Amino acid sequence: MSAFLKSRWAKIFLFLLSLLPALLLAWGAYNGDLGANPVERITHRTGTWALRFLLFTLTITPARRLLHLLDLIRFRRMLGLFAFFYGFLHLMTWMWLDKFFDPTEMWNDVVKRRFITAGMLAFSLMVPLAITSTKGWIRRLGRRWQQLHRLIYFSAAIAVIHYYWLVKSDIREPLFYGAVLTALLLLRLYKSRQAPAVRPAVQQHSPVSIPPGS
Amino acid sequence: MLIKNAADIHSSEITPKAAYLNRRSFLAAASGALLLGAADAQGAKLQNVQKSPLTTTGEKITPVSDVTSYNNFYEFGTSKTDPAKNASRLKTDGWKVSVEGLCDKPRVFDLDALMKLAPIEERVYRHRCVEAWSIVVPWNGYSLSTLLKAVEPNAKAKFVAFESVYQSGTMLSSFQAGIEFPYREGLRLDEAMNPLALLCFGMYGESLPNQDGAPVRLVLPWKYGFKSIKSIVKIRLVEKQPPTTWAMSNPSEYGFYSNVNPQVDHPRWSQGSERRLGEFLKRKTLMFNGYGDQVASLYQGMDLKKNY
Repeated sequence: MSAFLKSRWAKIFLFLLSLLPALLLAWGAYNGDLGANPVERITHRTGTWALRFLLFTLTITPARRLLHLLDLIRFRRMLGLFAFFYGFLHLMTWMWLDKFFDPTEMWNDVVKRRFITAGMLAFSLMVPLAITSTKGWIRRLGRRWQQLHRLIYFSAAIAVIHYYWLVKSDIREPLFYGAVLTALLLLRLYKSRQAPAVRPAVQQHSPVSIPPGS
Repeated sequence: MLIKNAADIHSSEITPKAAYLNRRSFLAAASGALLLGAADAQGAKLQNVQKSPLTTTGEKITPVSDVTSYNNFYEFGTSKTDPAKNASRLKTDGWKVSVEGLCDKPRVFDLDALMKLAPIEERVYRHRCVEAWSIVVPWNGYSLSTLLKAVEPNAKAKFVAFESVYQSGTMLSSFQAGIEFPYREGLRLDEAMNPLALLCFGMYGESLPNQDGAPVRLVLPWKYGFKSIKSIVKIRLVEKQPPTTWAMSNPSEYGFYSNVNPQVDHPRWSQGSERRLGEFLKRKTLMFNGYGDQVASLYQGMDLKKNY
């Protein structure tokens, strides 16, 4: 297992797997196979996958500790970037296929409809994280990089609220994602109380080595 | 003018059921995956359907496959594709509709008797969902007013309350769907008597597929789709405005009237435009969904922003 996680193939495999929902959507669109309301289908799918990838990203840290698979850290950045990727597709679907880039329409939606306000906020919080995901930025920001990237907690929480506010009456799915997020966050609290020392995922395994005291 | 109806033969007597089912499986097998999910669309052919002067002209009819695969019918699931998968569980045998309350001749109709009350007409209507999508459907039925006149509402009756069937065990619970079941709707009596209000038994010349509200539903083309209650079992004439399901669940978003109105914004969906299924660009939503000439007088002097 550990050997596989260390291999190049694992990353390629996960990359292709993460791309699959987008490829299936593209294939469905090409074949006219996205149901009676394709725009709605694309909007929902991309949004759901953005939220799922946020949660996958947040699973890495507790999974490393609980499953003793420290190598999982190799995949965290990719999963986070896929969350951004699907979030971006989600936003573009809304901007283009729903609002046709009409600035007044978009602005009205953002200020009038709280679920859209929340969605915008959740996505905006991902933008600095995507930008600073490169080696250069990790090095430049040092300790502050980790602090900055805690924004993902807020992005994920607001994404769940966005979903909760969006549904008309059946709240089971948003509640499910909310429960998963809560569990993932609680695992962190538990961890930092139990063993505060096992923290530095970035420093230990970041692709660049940071000399102590720098 | 006397319009002679066809002999009173139930469609199931014409074709033996086994042969009928066989035809279905043959069709399904022949067309394979294309028909998946839409297999329920083949209802019994309706006899002697007449063109109605109240039909909407100049609109392109939405493909039946869209109308049968994209539904809001929360009893069978809250996603648009759920009803097409699950509504086959609906039991429509021995269907009865009780018409009761403040009227002189209350009566329980079985479906055959109800369908024979007036000639079945074809009426093409625009159908606009509150979720900002729309379709154009050739519905089959007759004006609701015919039924209401038959039971002779008395002077106290001011509103009509409608109730859908609730078959526990095969339907979602209220808790799962997040709305109260049985589903309820209501109209002011003068709205219900408007000739556009259709008591509907079929579409595209065939009996209603389950997911579209078999065996009998309302179609109110100037109101948001959720007012057009499906699978009706009870119609009650009442004095006071009856509670309605969506208004009960979320009164700030759904009102009793729920007339299509591009000027009254909804907290979730901009109501200024809509996406006609099958079209890429959105189109402007029309006041009363374009039926103002027939229904605007019902609301004269009313503040439609308050009475949304």
